[in-house]
Amino acid sequence: MAFNVSLPMVTIKRNFAAVPEKLKQTPLYNLHNEKRGKMVPFAGWSMPVHYANQGILSEHLHTREYASLFDVSHMLQFRILGKDRIRFLESLVVADIEEMPFGASVLSVFTNENGGIIDDTVICKHADHLYVVSNAACADKDLDHIRTKIGEFQKKGGWVDLKVIDDRALLALQGPLAAEILKKLCDKDLSDFKFMTSRFIHFKTIESHVSRSGYTGEDGFEISVSASSSQRLAKLILGYPSVHLAGLGARDSLRLEAGLCLYGHDLDDSITPHLFDLKNPLGKRRRVEGGFLGADRILAQLKEGVTRRRVGLIVEGAPARENSEIYNSSDELVGKVTSGGPSPTLNKNIAMGYVKSGYHKNGTLLKVKVRNKLQDAKIVKMPFVPSKYHK
Amino acid sequence: MLGFISPKLAPSYIPKFRSAILRNEFGSVFASRFGASFREYSSKKVKKYTKEHEWIHVERDLGTIGITHYAQNALGDVVFVEVPEVGTVVEQSGTCGALESVKAASDIYAPVSGKIIEVNQNLEKSPGLINKSPEADGWLCKIQLSKLSELDNLMEEHEYHKHCEESESH
Repeated sequence: MAFNVSLPMVTIKRNFAAVPEKLKQTPLYNLHNEKRGKMVPFAGWSMPVHYANQGILSEHLHTREYASLFDVSHMLQFRILGKDRIRFLESLVVADIEEMPFGASVLSVFTNENGGIIDDTVICKHADHLYVVSNAACADKDLDHIRTKIGEFQKKGGWVDLKVIDDRALLALQGPLAAEILKKLCDKDLSDFKFMTSRFIHFKTIESHVSRSGYTGEDGFEISVSASSSQRLAKLILGYPSVHLAGLGARDSLRLEAGLCLYGHDLDDSITPHLFDLKNPLGKRRRVEGGFLGADRILAQLKEGVTRRRVGLIVEGAPARENSEIYNSSDELVGKVTSGGPSPTLNKNIAMGYVKSGYHKNGTLLKVKVRNKLQDAKIVKMPFVPSKYHK
Repeated sequence: MLGFISPKLAPSYIPKFRSAILRNEFGSVFASRFGASFREYSSKKVKKYTKEHEWIHVERDLGTIGITHYAQNALGDVVFVEVPEVGTVVEQSGTCGALESVKAASDIYAPVSGKIIEVNQNLEKSPGLINKSPEADGWLCKIQLSKLSELDNLMEEHEYHKHCEESESH
């Protein structure tokens, strides 16, 4: 057997000395060891891919039915400060931050001069700062980019500053029972706490920044908490027997079912915002005004249309993984899978990928090549599993 | 069982013969005469292991192939099994199928060269057999060996266990 435990961004050969020097540890590292997490290197961090005696499949299903706690402290958290912070960040992302009410969050993308995506990110607007979360695997690249642009912005007289948050853990509590559990812990009504908004909440005196969001398609919360209190908070949450720990393996299969992109796989700097989010890649004002990196190309594309489309596929036979080729009925190559695997919830093989425009309509019958065999596939609407966000 | 040979006829031979049985040394007696393959593989059943975590159980020139318990545990829940069609000729260490878990696809390599003569039909409906019973009901395919001597390149059980421990400690 080719014995690889492959994870987003990294492939670990089992027969190798899998742990290179100096992997970073999250504040919950001891908890992972205590709960016998199967630790693997991921984007320079030692992270649990799953926990002993659970496995990806059961962690995945548990999240859909009850609730799971994920350590996502490896993700990059930072604040953008200063009176020109919105104008600055809007020069780097396509979102309309100006229009957002305080407390609201938005999923957006950093673009480069060519209109390609540098990283996807969630931006949360607070009265005195912007709180931003982006991918661990892109952290160095993102920070270099932002620091360079801050330098240029400041030279032109702009007032802006970057504060990287490296003293806080990030926990994600995801699943249908997540709200009920947090409600008990903070003793507050959370029913008017909507999806993609955030609040500062105290859980038994532990001060936290809580965003109602996630990466699983379930209702859930991402909790930013000081490193020193994170273990305590995790244990308080795990005190509810309906909450299990879940690792990066389940996180990846859950996000795929939810039709969410993973940077480095479904997104890279050849992908423009229109391919990422066809319905509403830019706010109305941004479409008119532009003013972000690569705006010329992105706005031109808006008029011309795109040559390929991001689609969801149901695949018969063996699961189609990343880089599987997609063919039309005359066996012409029309696209490529960027993420794929078995869906534990649907018991079918699902895949996300890009196909030439024209082959993207729901119900289109295509073929996907797996180990040199062409297998039937059909374009379906994403998310594959209906999302249950608290809107 | 040696009663038919009178001690009187072969007094010096019998003790040697018996101790050879007890110490299971027949192989080495024949080995010198017929070569290792004849010794080990035509006279008894053997189970050998690959570094890539397949096992093969050989009786005469027929082998049954599967993956080890260690492998299924590391792979996690198997959801799809691909085995070669009956009649396929495979080479030692060549791909002879694949296992898919939620996270990953893993190729299966043929422990020996030969022709696939039977595949485990139950795996199509119940791929989970690989996890439940990797070294019995979860066998993958049967093969007619074309080069018995290839078995010499494979590991014995104790060598395989050592190999797993070493992989684990890394």
